[in-house]
Amino acid sequence: MRRHLPVLVTTAVFVAMFVACSLQYPNFASTRVVANLLTDNAFLGIVAVGMTFVIISGGIDLSVGSVIGFTTVFLAIAIEHLGWPPTVAFAAVLVLAALFGAGMGAVIHYLEMPPFIVTLAGMFLARGASFLMSTESIAINAPLYAEISSTVIRLPGGGRLTLIAILMLAVVLAGAVLLHATRFGANVYALGGSRASTEMMGVRVGPATIRIYLFSSLLAGLSGIVFSLYTSSGYSLSAVGVELDAIAAVVIGGTLLTGGYGTVFGTFIGVLIQGLIQTYISFDGSLSSWWAKIATGLLLFAFIAFQQLSVGLSRRGRRMAGVTAP
Amino acid sequence: MTLRLPRSGVPQILALLVILAINWIVSPQFFDIRLQDGRLFGSLIDVLNRGAPVALLSIGMVLVIALRGIDLSVGAVMAICGAIAASLADSHSLPVTLAAALGVGLLCGLWNGVLVAGLGIQPIVATLILMVAGRGIAQLITEGRIVTFTDPALAWIGGGSIAGVPAPVAITAAMLLVTLLLVRGTALGLMIEATGGNERASTLAGIGTRAMTIAVYVWCSLCAAMAGVIAAADILGADANNSGLWLELDAILAVVIGGTSLFGGRFSIGLAVLGALIIQAMNTGILLSGYPPQFNLVVKAVVVMAVLLVQSPKLAGLSAALRRRAR
Amino acid sequence: MPPDVSAPPLLEIRGLSKSFGPVHALEGVDLTVRAGEIHALLGENGAGKSTLIKALTGIYSRDAGTVRLAGEVIAPATADEAVAAGIATVYQEVNLLPNLSVAQNLYLGRQPTRFGLVQRAEMRRRARDLLAGFGLTLDVDAPLGEYSVAVQSLVAIARAVDLSARVLILDEPTASLDANEVEVLFAVMRQLAARGIGIVFVTHFLDLVYAVCDRITVLRNGRLVGERETTGLPRLELVHMMLGRELSEATHDRAPAADEAKGPVVAAFQGVGKSGYLAPFDLTLRRGDVVGLAGLLGSGRTETVRLVFGAERADCGSVAVDGRPVRLANPREAIRHGFGYCPEERKTEGIVAELTVRENIVLALQARRGILKPLARREQDEIARRFIRLLDIRPADPERPIGLLSGGNQQKVLLARWLATEPRLLILDEPTRGIDVGAHAEIIRLIRQLCAEGMALLVVSSELEEIAVYADEVAVLRDRAHVAMLGGADVSVPAILAAIAGETPRAA
Repeated sequence: MRRHLPVLVTTAVFVAMFVACSLQYPNFASTRVVANLLTDNAFLGIVAVGMTFVIISGGIDLSVGSVIGFTTVFLAIAIEHLGWPPTVAFAAVLVLAALFGAGMGAVIHYLEMPPFIVTLAGMFLARGASFLMSTESIAINAPLYAEISSTVIRLPGGGRLTLIAILMLAVVLAGAVLLHATRFGANVYALGGSRASTEMMGVRVGPATIRIYLFSSLLAGLSGIVFSLYTSSGYSLSAVGVELDAIAAVVIGGTLLTGGYGTVFGTFIGVLIQGLIQTYISFDGSLSSWWAKIATGLLLFAFIAFQQLSVGLSRRGRRMAGVTAP
Repeated sequence: MTLRLPRSGVPQILALLVILAINWIVSPQFFDIRLQDGRLFGSLIDVLNRGAPVALLSIGMVLVIALRGIDLSVGAVMAICGAIAASLADSHSLPVTLAAALGVGLLCGLWNGVLVAGLGIQPIVATLILMVAGRGIAQLITEGRIVTFTDPALAWIGGGSIAGVPAPVAITAAMLLVTLLLVRGTALGLMIEATGGNERASTLAGIGTRAMTIAVYVWCSLCAAMAGVIAAADILGADANNSGLWLELDAILAVVIGGTSLFGGRFSIGLAVLGALIIQAMNTGILLSGYPPQFNLVVKAVVVMAVLLVQSPKLAGLSAALRRRAR
Repeated sequence: MPPDVSAPPLLEIRGLSKSFGPVHALEGVDLTVRAGEIHALLGENGAGKSTLIKALTGIYSRDAGTVRLAGEVIAPATADEAVAAGIATVYQEVNLLPNLSVAQNLYLGRQPTRFGLVQRAEMRRRARDLLAGFGLTLDVDAPLGEYSVAVQSLVAIARAVDLSARVLILDEPTASLDANEVEVLFAVMRQLAARGIGIVFVTHFLDLVYAVCDRITVLRNGRLVGERETTGLPRLELVHMMLGRELSEATHDRAPAADEAKGPVVAAFQGVGKSGYLAPFDLTLRRGDVVGLAGLLGSGRTETVRLVFGAERADCGSVAVDGRPVRLANPREAIRHGFGYCPEERKTEGIVAELTVRENIVLALQARRGILKPLARREQDEIARRFIRLLDIRPADPERPIGLLSGGNQQKVLLARWLATEPRLLILDEPTRGIDVGAHAEIIRLIRQLCAEGMALLVVSSELEEIAVYADEVAVLRDRAHVAMLGGADVSVPAILAAIAGETPRAA
């Protein structure tokens, strides 16, 4: 049970917050609010899934916000200025993002450099590249964009589940399966436990590391596509600081920032908690948006302190379980 | 043993000279300095003046990094303290304003230090909390607006000069001097290097690592607070959203360029400041050469990668092997 | 099952050589392991055991020599290839992943999958079956880190054997196990040998060698000294093979018993202990006396000295220094009372590798003086030079980073660090562990000299012969409690051994 305690606590916090909001605002508990919560945080949810992998493996990816920004600008220029079909632009940008992530992973592994610094360079590079393409906000008017944003599943109670929300749920589901039910996922945890031991146990650490950062950048690219669909534009300053939100969501979701432990589901709840805070503030009307940052900071503190406590506790009392001579 | 850029200072000085030379090529009047209204002007002075906030941050950051730590919150602390200074400037005297801003900076440092040294939370995680919440707190102080002020006393900190030297440069130089005195004039430097190199051994040798760690985080935040006040004084207002944004990364970069390893241990405060000047010289050079300022980021990425390559243990091993073969 | 002597050897290494630059780590070493035997690989530190293992398992390339496995020449270039060929290794520090489940640890990288998905139920079932063969019944879904080091070692062995079941190399697997756990490990080893696996067992403990091994190969300074049957090899001869000298000098050169009046008490510990860490103990340390702490690994020796030094905070008992009650809540306070402590873990708790010899020497003295009273560089140089000369630290360069010195010289620098503070009580935890013979003798000479100069010493050592030579009193520990205090004529190897084994009534 102790293994699942962080996720349970996160979920309990979310449920408690949701109930509290519903008690204060009678029309809060509706499919409309829930659907909007999913839609508004779709891009964050997608990128946070990738961040979960990176953090569990003991790394960090500071470049994701910049990759999202780059993606939106790239799409805007490719679709609006160059006249590419959106689908081709999507595919191209995903390939670019994946290559970018693989490159960072390769540098981290082969040059044995700390992920913090490598992805910091990646952050500068991706943001700089998007500035070089355009510093203006470019509206995207492709018919496909209108089509996608009008495609919704109507829920009972007036909720409109958008395509991007569904995409986010699918990514969460796929991410969970990948992390918890494949060899690759086990390797991600293994790397977070000990890189050296993982290597000793015959796992090829290099390809695994490259795949992890590739996956994170790929999801950042996908998140960028979702972001451009969500805003129907491309802007080099979009998604500044999203890496922080993603890291916060992962930590609030019960993943240990030092690596080795964590779940995709927890991250999903972490994203929803951040979204819920925003929703509450917009419902309230009188509260200002900066409270969201302060609340997120407080939550971060609470969860980090909680993790510190539970790690300290689990160090005590190791099992001396049933050892008998054969 | 961890690898890093050399701390002899030669490569850093060479790098700075090369960048300055390039700046001179793209802008021949780069080295022109003139005295106007009792204050020095010129591109070179501009590099020093604009580089002052990051240099200030790097003075504190280098100590934190030497202790195997990192402080991600310095940008947010800048925003908080700048907001406080700007909000108080017109209604209070300068000493009160400064005391309030620096006092809050001290509290921020205390918070970080207690989380790291008291609760044993990883520095990158512990300071992330203030990095996220800090900007919210700054906006709380400014109530989401850009707060402006007109108090000439505070404005002097951003735009004034002492004996021709711009006030931010003078303040940074003074801070550097005080820090050097505190760290190298006492046994603190040795204690920090020992603790960063091996904390358990240092504790067993009788070093009060916990109090020292807290003190270093406090000092780092104080430097950030001062940088925040300068940034606010410079624009005669506080922008909680953008003040100090991403400057923590510049400060970390400056420290790394200065040859201090992210894995702690040996450090050089002077070279960290030199690193900050290198970064600013590049920024200024890009502006002078007519490229859009956004080009900065790309150049910075290249610099980070160059530093990475130089620091890479793999490459170091490779070049050592090549040298052996050459013999 | 006795190994089949007539069959061809399972593993045959001939003429293996490996150099690191000018250093010959291995020169023409042979090793022969038969199927079903447990073969001890012995040698002092630096003899070449670990180089041999790494050259065998593909971690190092080898310069010369052949390796045959069941008659076929193999040349693994990576650890994976060695495993694939049938050579598996379990290292001293269990190289598994404490955050993964037991089952994932057993099958990492080779989990049973269907359509790319890990079949958890199947993996769990296989894990349970595999562990049952080793007498282990574990919750295979629990993180490995929740189990003791002993269980983790057994899981590591289970994984290694399951991966490739021909040759199993155990590199110091017993270092952190207690006696019961060692018995379990031995049972597993015997069972594996009975299955026909050849086991190479690297250890420092001769008792274990005689308890479980069929044959012994001894290395010294990178060369083969000899290969013998365990039965029929007298212990003294084995030690002679390993050390190249007999211990007679050490064992017979007992210091004359101090007949004169005992020195004044420096520190007295009464009923000091910490629940779950070490049972309360009494200890009196006098000027000019050496108190030895003896016991098996994990018996509470290091725990005792950590409590004495304040590195661990006691939760009961009282401490008096010079007859006045004091509190020892942390090392700083202990140092203020004139204590010094050279820890057992030199690398992780002693040296600051990056700093110079000079800086390492002045560290404790500087810490005691405080940050605001820095030692002038001139004074530092003087102190460093004095101790480099006094302790014959080599190379005699005060500005060399200490990480570049040999283990013995690092140990001397740590001694110098404390001697510079002119301590009244010096605590040495395994001062001679992992250092070469020459430095070894010097450190023992130094211990005697210090105590002659009136210092109180508290020394932990696994080398009972050594303790018997220099200790005035020996506190014996067992199962995290002080069980006997031997003094006078009782300070002898047989008496200490008897006390460790529990043949004397509890004294404390």
